Amino acid sequence: MFDIDLWREIFQSINMNRTRSLLSGFTIAFAIMLFAILFGIANGLNNTFAEGFVDDAANSIFIRTGRTTKANKGLQAGRRIQLKNEDQDYITDEFGNKIQYITSRIYKNVNASFRNEKNSYPLRAVHPDHQFLEKTIIKEGRYINQLDIDNSTKVVVIGRLVEEDLFLKTTALGKYINLSGIPYKIVGIFTDDGGDNEERMVYMPVSTAQHIYGNNDYVDQINLTYNPNLNFDQALAFGNSIKKKLKDRFNVASNDQRAIRVQNMAQGTKIVGQLTFGINLFVIFIGLGTLIAGVVGISNIMIFVVKERTKELGIRKALGASPRSIVSIILIESILITTIAGYLGLIIGMGILELATPILEENFIKDPSVKLSLVIGATITLIIAGAIAGYLPAKRASQIKPIVALRDD
Amino acid sequence: MLKIEKLHKSYPIGDSSLHVLKGIDLSVESGEMVAIMGSSGSGKSTLLNIIGMLDEADEGNYILDDVPIKNLTEKKAAIYRNKFLGFIFQSFNLINYKNALDNVALPLYYQGLKRKERIEKGLFHLEKVGLRDWAHHLPNELSGGQKQRVAIARALAANPKLLLADEPTGALDTKTSHEIMDFIQSLNDEGKTILMVTHEEDIANMCKRIVRLRDGVIMEDKFVEQVRASQYV
Repeated sequence: MFDIDLWREIFQSINMNRTRSLLSGFTIAFAIMLFAILFGIANGLNNTFAEGFVDDAANSIFIRTGRTTKANKGLQAGRRIQLKNEDQDYITDEFGNKIQYITSRIYKNVNASFRNEKNSYPLRAVHPDHQFLEKTIIKEGRYINQLDIDNSTKVVVIGRLVEEDLFLKTTALGKYINLSGIPYKIVGIFTDDGGDNEERMVYMPVSTAQHIYGNNDYVDQINLTYNPNLNFDQALAFGNSIKKKLKDRFNVASNDQRAIRVQNMAQGTKIVGQLTFGINLFVIFIGLGTLIAGVVGISNIMIFVVKERTKELGIRKALGASPRSIVSIILIESILITTIAGYLGLIIGMGILELATPILEENFIKDPSVKLSLVIGATITLIIAGAIAGYLPAKRASQIKPIVALRDD
Repeated sequence: MLKIEKLHKSYPIGDSSLHVLKGIDLSVESGEMVAIMGSSGSGKSTLLNIIGMLDEADEGNYILDDVPIKNLTEKKAAIYRNKFLGFIFQSFNLINYKNALDNVALPLYYQGLKRKERIEKGLFHLEKVGLRDWAHHLPNELSGGQKQRVAIARALAANPKLLLADEPTGALDTKTSHEIMDFIQSLNDEGKTILMVTHEEDIANMCKRIVRLRDGVIMEDKFVEQVRASQYV
């Protein structure tokens, strides 16, 4: 039931004891503000790490080749190792069930034009699986498919920014784009969370590129993702065993670091995971510390408030106040102050985060935001703590004999 | 009106206990004005506090207006205090952040009266003690005599059956004391039952009956010729 007189009593008490109210409010507001800022910054740090790896699948393995640095089996150092279509088939045959997706890559740069618009873009010739490795998101149309590979069709999938650059406001899907003098049909438009560079990219079937550029079966790189069911150790072992098999296949010395390079994301992923875990642990530790400091602060204030008001409570009792009304007047005042102060702290903390975002983002803290529900949860924790901390002394005060409370000090 | 039989009260002091009231028998009729006298430590304040339900007796009977006051819950005690009793303290005990009117109206708040009614009644009682113009002043803007008059107005506001005063003039100078006593006498003239604790002989003589306590027992209980305070004012 809404008791206007009770609230009038409480507002009068808050209003006439401003220092006390402000001090207790400040403690809460400050704790909540710190809590919000801290969690925001920590979230930003986590976002920074997460973003660094959002571009590619976390379970990727990249295979690149170079020149040998050591003579082996009668072959001289300085020999160039070239990956071919058959190498991808070999890996697929050898490791079938450990592989999730696999694709080759050929890198080119192309001058693209549509009507009067011209620009130069990097081109990747790939297999259909590449979509999943690169986390490419198809916005319109489709990605490269197996039929394209089998028939070496002259089709391309272009990035959102390529469409923007060349096709201005019109749609590119179904139109023909001119790449270094040859027209290709655009069968899809994609977006990518990896940033603008990833969206200024053209994809084409591997076989098409091999026909047009050199008529061979060379590929520049083989990318694959391992079966996500593999644990960290198994994933590392898998990467190493690919490296060993390929070295044997190409007659490369086992201690040659340059000829065949296998980059396994499992390692990086694990480090990032550990780092994120560490940051989170640190934040939880400090967040809890802030909350505990807030709880201790509000408890102290409540004990002090009750002590300061003992005489007033005694007078009220002598005039006929029931113990319940004594407890409620103290508790509601405390809850009201905590709620308002917590809300202010929340607003101030969020505001500071918002204002500081440009500065923080220059310092590698990406999007330092904090979940509203988390801060509200923290505020509610403090409100409950304040209520409990206030309840015990208020309850005791309500049970003191008025004569004790009224005794002159 | 008020009947006390074989009242005992002791306070623990360390391991031993101090026997303050050693079997008090007292009865007060409606309309009386009684002074309880005694040196400090005689138990007079303890007796008043027990009568005022601010404290509890260890043994004995206490009947107020035909209601036995015994083993009260805090809630019951609060209701009885509000209904039966008005308190006047030596140190006034006004709530310092409430203005005179709010202080006077506070017992009415605990009676559950509506705000409009509380203000009306509060102003009426302030008028009665001659402080209507001071209704919106805080206690620290009032003189000692004015504070005590606000306290009296507050004690009267709930229309209690019994007024209890603990050294009501203890913190006041002689002239103001006489003004306050004059006012209390006029309340008694209107029929209010008044019980006061004092150690000043001349104040006691302004009552109609004097009960003297010494070491926790009643030494003397006599009716006296009331000295009117108005002659000094």
